[in-house]
Amino acid sequence: MSDPVSALHGLTVEGSVRVEDLAPRGMITLRGDLSDATVSDALARAAGLAVPDRRGIAVEGEKRLAWMSPDEALLILPRARLAATLAGLTETLASSHALAADMSDARALLRLTGEDAALREVLARLAPVDMATFATGEIRRTRLAQVACAFWMPAPGTVEVICFRSVARYAFDLLAQAAASPRIS
Amino acid sequence: MSTRLKTGGRRIDRSRPVTFTFNGQQLRGYAGDTLASALLANDRMMMGRSFKYHRPRGVVASGTEEPNALFGIGQGGRFEPNQRATMQELHDGLEAQSQNHWPSLEFDVGEINAHLSRFLPAGFYYKTFLWPRAFWKHVYEPFIRQSAGLGKAPKDRDADTYEHYYHFCDVLVIGGGLAGLAAARAAASGGARVTLLEQEPVLGGRAPVDEGTEGAALVETLAAEIGAMENVTIRTRCMGAGVYDHGYVLGYERLTDHLAHKSGPRHRLWRIRAGQVITATGAIERPLSFAGNDVPGVMLASALRDYLVGFGVSAGDRTVVVTNNDDAYRTALALAGAGLTVPAIVDARHGGAGALGAEAEAAGIRVLKGHGIARVKGRKRVTGVVLCKQVGEGAPVEEIACDAVAMSGGWSPVVHLWSHCGGKLTWDDAQAMFRPDPDRAPTGADGRAFVSCAGAAFGVFDAADVLSQATRAGLTAARAFGKAGEVAAPDAPAAPETNPIEPVWLMPASAGRALRAKAWLDYQNDVKVTDVQLAAQEGFESVEHAKRYTTLGMATDQGKLSNINGLAILSGALDTPIPQVGTTTFRPPYTPVSMGAIAGEARAETFQPLRRSPLHDWHAANGADWEPVGQWRRPYTYLRPGEDRQAAVTREITQTRGALGLLDASTLGKIIVKGPDAGRFMDMMYTNMMSTLKPGRCRYGLMCSENGFLMDDGVVARWDEDTFMCHTTTGGADRIHAHMEEWLQTEWWDWKVWTVNATEQYAQIGVVGPQARAVLQKLGARNIANEDFPFMSFQDHRLAGIEARVYRISFSGELSYEIAVPAGQGLALWKALHEAGAEWNVMPYGTEALHVMRAEKGFIMIGDETDGTVIPQDLNLHWAISKKKDDFIGKRAQQRADMTRPDRWKLIGLETSDGSVLPEGAYALAEGKNANGQRNVQGRVTSTYHSPTLGRGIAMGLVLNGPDRMGETVAFNKVDGSTVPAKIVDPVFYDKEGTKNV
Repeated sequence: MSDPVSALHGLTVEGSVRVEDLAPRGMITLRGDLSDATVSDALARAAGLAVPDRRGIAVEGEKRLAWMSPDEALLILPRARLAATLAGLTETLASSHALAADMSDARALLRLTGEDAALREVLARLAPVDMATFATGEIRRTRLAQVACAFWMPAPGTVEVICFRSVARYAFDLLAQAAASPRIS
Repeated sequence: MSTRLKTGGRRIDRSRPVTFTFNGQQLRGYAGDTLASALLANDRMMMGRSFKYHRPRGVVASGTEEPNALFGIGQGGRFEPNQRATMQELHDGLEAQSQNHWPSLEFDVGEINAHLSRFLPAGFYYKTFLWPRAFWKHVYEPFIRQSAGLGKAPKDRDADTYEHYYHFCDVLVIGGGLAGLAAARAAASGGARVTLLEQEPVLGGRAPVDEGTEGAALVETLAAEIGAMENVTIRTRCMGAGVYDHGYVLGYERLTDHLAHKSGPRHRLWRIRAGQVITATGAIERPLSFAGNDVPGVMLASALRDYLVGFGVSAGDRTVVVTNNDDAYRTALALAGAGLTVPAIVDARHGGAGALGAEAEAAGIRVLKGHGIARVKGRKRVTGVVLCKQVGEGAPVEEIACDAVAMSGGWSPVVHLWSHCGGKLTWDDAQAMFRPDPDRAPTGADGRAFVSCAGAAFGVFDAADVLSQATRAGLTAARAFGKAGEVAAPDAPAAPETNPIEPVWLMPASAGRALRAKAWLDYQNDVKVTDVQLAAQEGFESVEHAKRYTTLGMATDQGKLSNINGLAILSGALDTPIPQVGTTTFRPPYTPVSMGAIAGEARAETFQPLRRSPLHDWHAANGADWEPVGQWRRPYTYLRPGEDRQAAVTREITQTRGALGLLDASTLGKIIVKGPDAGRFMDMMYTNMMSTLKPGRCRYGLMCSENGFLMDDGVVARWDEDTFMCHTTTGGADRIHAHMEEWLQTEWWDWKVWTVNATEQYAQIGVVGPQARAVLQKLGARNIANEDFPFMSFQDHRLAGIEARVYRISFSGELSYEIAVPAGQGLALWKALHEAGAEWNVMPYGTEALHVMRAEKGFIMIGDETDGTVIPQDLNLHWAISKKKDDFIGKRAQQRADMTRPDRWKLIGLETSDGSVLPEGAYALAEGKNANGQRNVQGRVTSTYHSPTLGRGIAMGLVLNGPDRMGETVAFNKVDGSTVPAKIVDPVFYDKEGTKNV
């Protein structure tokens, strides 16, 4: 197996905030009824994180467990643990109605770091989200200008954005442009 | 003459002179000036020429409503036409050019139109240029384009950038005058998130001018108070442009137009979601309709006051004030206070004014009551006025020499933003104006009002009333969020007692035609009182029709000064009360918004998202000649030095059919469908029987819409008992996934099926040609002989150390494998295949080679053979339509009479007798003509290529009874009018027996 590569090979730019393409992580999409205890217990065990409520995301180290819809979750984890976790999850849910798919390569993961207010301004230029009230622990599936994305704040001063791999460059360019614009407040 | 006074001008900084150019000539102003005030200070009263008659025009207003003083601003990539001088702040190096004149502003040839005005009445174009027909395009239109029109379109690419900004608040206040400030203060007092937008660079609106130092102090106090509140956002130079459903409001912020040294975005479009909107947009003064009311020097009374108080500029030494209300007396008093001469106040009312009237008379200003202006003297500049009685036809009673006229026909609340989303108006007889009707407000999804008005925008004018009404409006708006605070209205300066306005729509009241034909309603579009009256006479009774017929209010100012006066004239001509005539529709934006602001970030590299396959960069570095496929870019072909497209495509096909070619198929859709009911679901989605497919096997399938039309195709692989992988076309991936989810979520919500669109998870590489098996073996695949790994099956293999799922499927007729690996491994596999395939001269091929090879095999292509009206039966694909199934999407529709009629055009192959390539989309001609005199047709070409394999043109088409007419020759039309004969043949041109794919 050759080393997996991210869509933008770690591209980075500095503006009012820093925008960078992160090294590939494991990503598992789970389609299943999250209100079904069998499904959510299996997911929580595989993730080692509690299944978050609506529009929520749980964060620990490099792990993220995100609520994507009432019947979809996204588990992000270190690449090294992908295969075992996916196999485990698939086995636990073998007799349940669920679909666990490796989507590690389908998306790009971008990270913004910088001053909290600057981060919020950068995103407010591109996403129809009330950034003034956006909090850690929340995930928003929304858009950056013309493409679908989701983002969350794993910690104050950091935002992580996912989008489809094919539009990683577009999303990066948008964020870089927005970060190059002068501060508003 | 107009000039800068020695003192005064609260908005300018006399210590900071500014240099700018006007038509190339260098002039000076001060920081804080607008272009209009600076031009007036330089005695440039004439600022442009009108649209139709090229009449000399001067600035008439001081704000956004200005119709005349439009300029081209800037140069090159920063040139922009039609900019209002009243809104353009002066800066060093500003370059302004006047518009709509030739050869010069002072001497203009088009002015001859003015002398022809009798022959250019309302509806002139409609009436005159109808005949002869051919003249329109070649004579009339070029002439009109030369003589009409305002600014010139920019020629260079815009040098600036723009951005959007999404903003949310509880209460949005539009307008930062006294009312807006008071409303924002009240709304914010209980902690609600409040945003205030002000289009001017400074807060305060009219208060500092009309309420004097007391007003200015009050503005300062209020601005400081709300400015210090954490929950208040204030944006100046930011216009509320439009109010839309669900509390959506657009704000248009001008960031750099006032700066000499520009950096960062030029405009920012605020995309605001507000819980409640308060429009505190003030009011606009109306002109009076008297003969010569467009001569440079005739201005709104409030504008004269603004230039005097705001910029220390006087429009003239001797100003006659003409009015039908008390407010204009403020202008007379201000001018007299500045030491300028006001020879007379001409008040159309017999009773004259209240307290301000007494003040004027005490100041020694002569007041003529019950009088009006019969006509203005002067052409490029006012030289005097002829007075008359307001009643009667305008017999002259006196002539007064003057160089400026201040007119006031009363005030119209700015109801635009209230009206954008459905707020209704009511006619206020006492104040002679339309005002918002609070009982018929724009309502939100909950049926409750989400817009309210404050201050002059609501028809409230006295400062004390404004402050108390606006405070109430602010508190009420905040209450919608349970955040109503407690705050008392600020104290207001005392207001003088006034006499009521008397409506004056024409001056004098019974003016004859000669006067009416010189009384302008719409300055920018040159519409006169007589034009509107003519429209009414000719039967244009609806105000909307009269508007379009006369072009009243259709210019870039959208009739901010002219609409009410125009409809009052219409009302008089129709003998119908004003409220019954009604207003035209107020549409956003309030004033024009730059195209750049609308586009925001969507320009240059980020104009549109460009989807890139995992191998995109490799393609780019290896001669890819791109073709857009949806938002993807795919290589059409890979050009080598010295090659044209045709040669490259031929090379790629020859190499692939002869040995080995590679295709980047990553863009094809890949949807995982899983669950106990997956088989049943697949049977519904596809026309084929998919539930019988064995795990490990593949099947080509068709998908139809509910109406039976073929919408997508692709190979389905059954990964395991419960799981299918559905390959779709490149353009179909998102659409088909959405289609599946729609059926699952709305119709079959109880079926146990999950889907995941895994299109981007995989890089997929087609390995095609006689050496395909050999190269896979070389990379490590074992036991893949034809028997071990048959056609239409898949296997997992480790290739070049990469875990891969290999599908043995073929879209070219060759031995072929499509290899799916995680996208991040795609490039590694692609390179490994090139290395291993080097001994067979491996090369990539693009979409054109793909298309030609599939056509040689007679395979259909969605979008070529289908166009939304084609059913699988038309394409002889009966074999892919299960007859055993009870149902599938489209089945019922395919039984309709039109779908089963025997004369539907059907798929066949076509060969020209001379080997040439048939034109794209050519029609098969039939005998005779149809009812429209067009040639009858009996079929059309759907795909046509030069086949390098066969050395001739090949085509597919849909032809009447085609499959029954093998060997028949049919004529196809060409663009040049000639025809080309082609023989109907089997659509499989190459390897009919399938000997290649073993």
